[in-house]
Amino acid sequence: MTVVDFAFYLFAITVVTAGLFVVIARNPVHSVLWLILAFLSSAGMFVLLGAEFVAMLLIIVYVGAVAVLFLFVVMMLDVDFAELKAEMAKYVPLAALIGVVLLMQLAVVFGSWAFAPEAEALRGAVTPDAGEVHNTKALGMLLYDQYFLLFQLAGLVLLVAMVGAIVLTLRHRTDIKRQNVLAQMYRDPAKAMKVVDVKPGQGL
Amino acid sequence: METILLFAPLIGSLICGFGWRVISEQGAMVVATGLLFLSAFLSWVVFLSFDGVTEQIQIMRWIESGTLATDWAIRLDRLTAIMLIVITTVSSLVHLYSFGYMAHDDHFREGESYRPRFFAYLSFFTFAMLMLVTADNLVQMFFGWEGVGVASYLLIGFYFRKESAGAASIKAFVVNRVGDFGFALGIFALFFLVDSINMDDVFAAAPELANTTITFLWGEWNAIEVICVLLFIGAMGKSAQLLLHTWLPDAMEGPTPVSALIHAATMVTAGVFLVCRMSPLMEFAPGATTFIVYLGATTAFFAATVGLVQNDIKRVIAYSTCSQLGYMFVAAGVGVYSAAMFHLLTHAFFKAMLFLGAGSVIHGMHHEQDMRNYGGLRKKLPYTFWAMMIGTLAITGVGIPLTHIGFAGFLSKDAIIESAWGAQTVAGTYGFWMLVIAACMTSFYSWRLMFLTFYGEARGDKHTHEHAHESPTVMLIPLGVLAVGAILAGMVWFKPFFGDTESVAKFYGIPVAGAEAHDESHADDSHAADDHSDDHAADGPAEDSHADESHAETAVASDDHSDDHAEEGGHGDGHHAAFGGQPGEGALFIGPENKVLDHAHEAPKWVKVSPFIAMLLGFLLAFQMYIRRPDLPAKLAENQKPLYDFLINKWYFDEIYDFLFVRPAQAIGKFLWKRGDGNVIDGGINGLAMGVIPFFTRLAGRAQSGYLFHYVFAMIIGIVVLVTWMSLSGGAH
Amino acid sequence: MTATDLAIVLPEVFLALFAIGSLLFAAYTAKDDLGPALTWATAAVFVGIAGWVALSGDTNRTAFNGMFIDDGFARFAKVVVLLSGAAVLVMTQEFLTRRGLMKFEYPLLIALATVGMMMMVSAGDLMALYMGLELQSLALYVVAALRRDSPRSTEAGLKYFVLGALSSGMLLYGASLVYGFAGTTQFAGIITTADEGGMSIGLLIGLVFVISGLAFKVSAAPFHMWTPDVYEGSPTAVTAFFATAPKVAAMALFARVMHDAFGNAVGDWQQIVAFLAVISMFLGAIAAIGQKDMKRLMAYSSIAHMGYALVGLAAGTEKGVSAMLLYMAIYVTMNIGTFAFILTMERDGVHATSIDGVRGLSKREPIKALALLVLLFSLAGVPPMVGFFGKFAVLTAAVDAGLGWLAVAGAVASVIGAYYYLRLVYFMYFGEETDAAIDGAMPTVQWGFLVASAALMILGIVNLFGVDGAATLAAITLVN
Repeated sequence: MTVVDFAFYLFAITVVTAGLFVVIARNPVHSVLWLILAFLSSAGMFVLLGAEFVAMLLIIVYVGAVAVLFLFVVMMLDVDFAELKAEMAKYVPLAALIGVVLLMQLAVVFGSWAFAPEAEALRGAVTPDAGEVHNTKALGMLLYDQYFLLFQLAGLVLLVAMVGAIVLTLRHRTDIKRQNVLAQMYRDPAKAMKVVDVKPGQGL
Repeated sequence: METILLFAPLIGSLICGFGWRVISEQGAMVVATGLLFLSAFLSWVVFLSFDGVTEQIQIMRWIESGTLATDWAIRLDRLTAIMLIVITTVSSLVHLYSFGYMAHDDHFREGESYRPRFFAYLSFFTFAMLMLVTADNLVQMFFGWEGVGVASYLLIGFYFRKESAGAASIKAFVVNRVGDFGFALGIFALFFLVDSINMDDVFAAAPELANTTITFLWGEWNAIEVICVLLFIGAMGKSAQLLLHTWLPDAMEGPTPVSALIHAATMVTAGVFLVCRMSPLMEFAPGATTFIVYLGATTAFFAATVGLVQNDIKRVIAYSTCSQLGYMFVAAGVGVYSAAMFHLLTHAFFKAMLFLGAGSVIHGMHHEQDMRNYGGLRKKLPYTFWAMMIGTLAITGVGIPLTHIGFAGFLSKDAIIESAWGAQTVAGTYGFWMLVIAACMTSFYSWRLMFLTFYGEARGDKHTHEHAHESPTVMLIPLGVLAVGAILAGMVWFKPFFGDTESVAKFYGIPVAGAEAHDESHADDSHAADDHSDDHAADGPAEDSHADESHAETAVASDDHSDDHAEEGGHGDGHHAAFGGQPGEGALFIGPENKVLDHAHEAPKWVKVSPFIAMLLGFLLAFQMYIRRPDLPAKLAENQKPLYDFLINKWYFDEIYDFLFVRPAQAIGKFLWKRGDGNVIDGGINGLAMGVIPFFTRLAGRAQSGYLFHYVFAMIIGIVVLVTWMSLSGGAH
Repeated sequence: MTATDLAIVLPEVFLALFAIGSLLFAAYTAKDDLGPALTWATAAVFVGIAGWVALSGDTNRTAFNGMFIDDGFARFAKVVVLLSGAAVLVMTQEFLTRRGLMKFEYPLLIALATVGMMMMVSAGDLMALYMGLELQSLALYVVAALRRDSPRSTEAGLKYFVLGALSSGMLLYGASLVYGFAGTTQFAGIITTADEGGMSIGLLIGLVFVISGLAFKVSAAPFHMWTPDVYEGSPTAVTAFFATAPKVAAMALFARVMHDAFGNAVGDWQQIVAFLAVISMFLGAIAAIGQKDMKRLMAYSSIAHMGYALVGLAAGTEKGVSAMLLYMAIYVTMNIGTFAFILTMERDGVHATSIDGVRGLSKREPIKALALLVLLFSLAGVPPMVGFFGKFAVLTAAVDAGLGWLAVAGAVASVIGAYYYLRLVYFMYFGEETDAAIDGAMPTVQWGFLVASAALMILGIVNLFGVDGAATLAAITLVN
């Protein structure tokens, strides 16, 4: 077993184990931490595959941004996961049975996996030759040329997500006072102030 | 013109039925009647100007489905023309008559509008009947056939508040269904074998059908025999022949004008018309025609016997109608279709008149129908009396024997009786004797009716008798017109209907294989022989030569009777022509072997005189029993109790049917209703609809719990099931 | 990427640019006051693009290396999607304004969702399929929760989102299996590797997952669970949209994937689709019986209708696809009319969608009741309404394809389903008026849609306005 093989199995087992613990961990914060571990492990696997750019993306974007955001959200929300889990626990035996059945079937699938004869050629037809082009560049060529349409669509999806987030959360409250800078600056002391001579004992 | 004639009643019916609120009751009735008179006028124009050549006037494409292609067309030939005048004349007169008869009716409440409805029904009936007789194909005829059935149903049950009227209308409808089933089967069989239901195609195929066999019910039959019997079963239903006759007497529950129009003059003769129309088929079906003769003769006899003892004035006439229809079928059965049509025509006149006269009596007597409560009405209803008298003279057949002078019934009835004798078969002889006996009884019950109604002492309610009154003019005019017909119709049209072969053939547009053809065939014997060797290949020359040969034989035979001819004087000027032509050519088809017409003319004198003597006997008997010894009938009924009961109960037909059909059908129906429908079907459906499905509904409702993980669970289960199924079945293999 | 590629996707590009431009314009100007105007403008753009697409010739083209397909089938589906979208926008504008829900983002989100739908029906690649699907879904998740102050509406949005994410996951998992086997995500490539009988078990399982994902989008049982809750919880205007255009797009996408990618293995997916169809038809019919709310009722109704459309798809023939398209066109028309009515159901100014509201309606509003009667009969498939012909077409297609049992099941389910439609008719005509009776007036626009839709259900029996012919032509380009 070479070092590469060893590293692969290490990362692979870590990913699966971490994934399992994301689901079964009692504390949601632990779940997010397990998730980060899973991301890191898969980043390691990308490195093993020679896709260092994707691996770095995974660490920077998912671990650095997404997972940490999750962590904040989970910490800020007060969700009683224990109660939810108790409700779900009733279904665990059946769910486990179904899960096992599905797992066995998928095992059968992968046990008897076969590629289409044309698969290799078809796969190669899209990507640039890995021997000549660096993988980051190849990725760029795919994204911005071959898959231009999909890339733009992804942009639209993000736009919708953004618009949606604003629609659902932004409120223009009318019952509060807001600072109006211009109005403040244009205020004329002559109009805003009045000198009143108050006689003692009378009040306003 | 024919189209106007055909549709005028329909338009009248629609205007009258739906538009009376706009144009007032009176207006609606006038419109309907006016249009019918127009129709009648046009009919007479058509009839008198008709040249004997069959015409087809297409109105529109009607049904096209697969090989079934039918036009809605008018088939105008002599048969149609005769029916046209009968229908429209009687119908228009009945419309007119109804103005008076339906003016007041106790069956309807004050202020209720029933008259426009009545007129609309009458006009609709007329339209349907015209559709029937002008039909160019069997489907169209069936349409008309059912149309008159519906109209009849509506009109019999016109007094819908009267329970017996409702029951009678249903009975008429149901009994007619039995016949219609046969008719429909006959049409199906024709379509099955000929692949067309157009008259022309069917007639052309007749010779071929005669050599075809068909599997029907339990055995193999000659196709044309089966078809003809089936068609005749349809005719039996409509024309109230024995076994299917029970509805006709009950139909008298309808208003009397209806009885005159539908149940005497027109609809009930549709069966006779059908048999005549189908003459090209009937000629090839000796078995079926023999059956028709037996049944017709038996009906004539049976109905006459029952008529002897009935007390309801309308029922007497109804049984008389039934009996006269039997006469017509005998004539058609032996192959003298023209005589059947002759009697149909004359019968329409005098029977319609009898009914209208009876209606006039009933009207005058405040809707009293029992003759035992009449008597001595001669003075009170003088015009009606004379009309009835003419009708009676016509139906009993009064005339001068051995001449052609007499009332309409004398000529046409004698024509039928002679034809029956002329058939020279066992069936014909049976028919002859039955009809002569029936003629005697006809005379008896007709005179009985006259004597009970118009002579003797006034019986029954005194008050009614005091207030008995002559009917209004509007009711008497139709009586007068019909009286003319009843007197003259026979004498005027004797020759074309029952004259010698040539005049009959000319009238019906049938080609005559006359003397010329005769010579030709003798000149070319070998030709004829060749054709014979073809074994009746059903093509033209074969038919012709065959006709010629048989003609030659009869020509020889007829020489022996030449002195008879001389004495008869009217027909047979030395040589006999034979009917010729192909089936479908001309209004009637009379097979070359069919010499019944000639034989009938050559009947011995005693045959010709016999109906007259029978009539006299009947008259004398009636005179004896109801004028000289009015106590005799009661005594006779006492002495011959079983026979009297048998007759007064109409041979127990209704009771037998009740036992044989009605009760078992009710029992089966009840069983299927309570057990089959109630327990099994309703139970099953209700169980399903109110037990099983709501169970699933609740289940589905529970599954829709609102919990997200339940939903996910359902999706996962779905996918696992699909994956398992796929991996076990391995897809399509 | 060339100019020709862009020319082919120009309608979609135009719509997307319109949406983005309007978004910027509205954000910097009057904001929500522009809502009604933008709604009308969006509807007008929809109609314009529909006309454009319909009249853009009958050539079959692909763009971006086969990722985008522009053929008769896609054009037919796009026209139906765009027109129904426009109809719903016009119809719901008044409703949203009156209920204070008229945000300017609403028409633009609908427009972006429609871009997604147009991508879906034109997808020629598993990735394009997914992107179109997500674009559409995401916009729909948002509008489902449009009434953000209402717990039911947010619940609807959240449920839709979570379950939609799950279904997307299944779809992606299936897509990855398919890619793993075939080595390509393009339909044109997949079809060369997936032959009848030559499908490996892995590809088959991938197919099952892809179908499950798609079945979720068309709300076919057993992936339908979101439908009743989302239909009920969302604002009625949004529900009306859910019930129309996205269903057409999803169904067209379903047909596209089945025929373009797996057209050589009809036998393999036929039984799965038939299974989904049977379950949907029966579940839709049976579960609807217990419903008390019009919107939930329509949810189950749409589940059942999707079952019938799937019957057409299950036939696996050109005739089946044509019947399915015809069915969807009819279904959309009926639903627009019905929702036009539901939008105006209110009592004392409050939107009230309980079915008790229609009791005795015929006495108060005879024309409305009659129009609704026609639509309900049509939904139930009572001849001679047009709805019957849609059912007849799909069932005939199934019989012709040798799926007689499926047609029988469809007929039985339609008998069961007729119950709840007829119950509404019974309520309208024979029901006693109760406290829940609706009393709202009907704005002209909704009234127009209701009556027009009902009229189409009757007038269409002459020749279905030629839609069946167009559907047949569309089906020919899909099924070869």
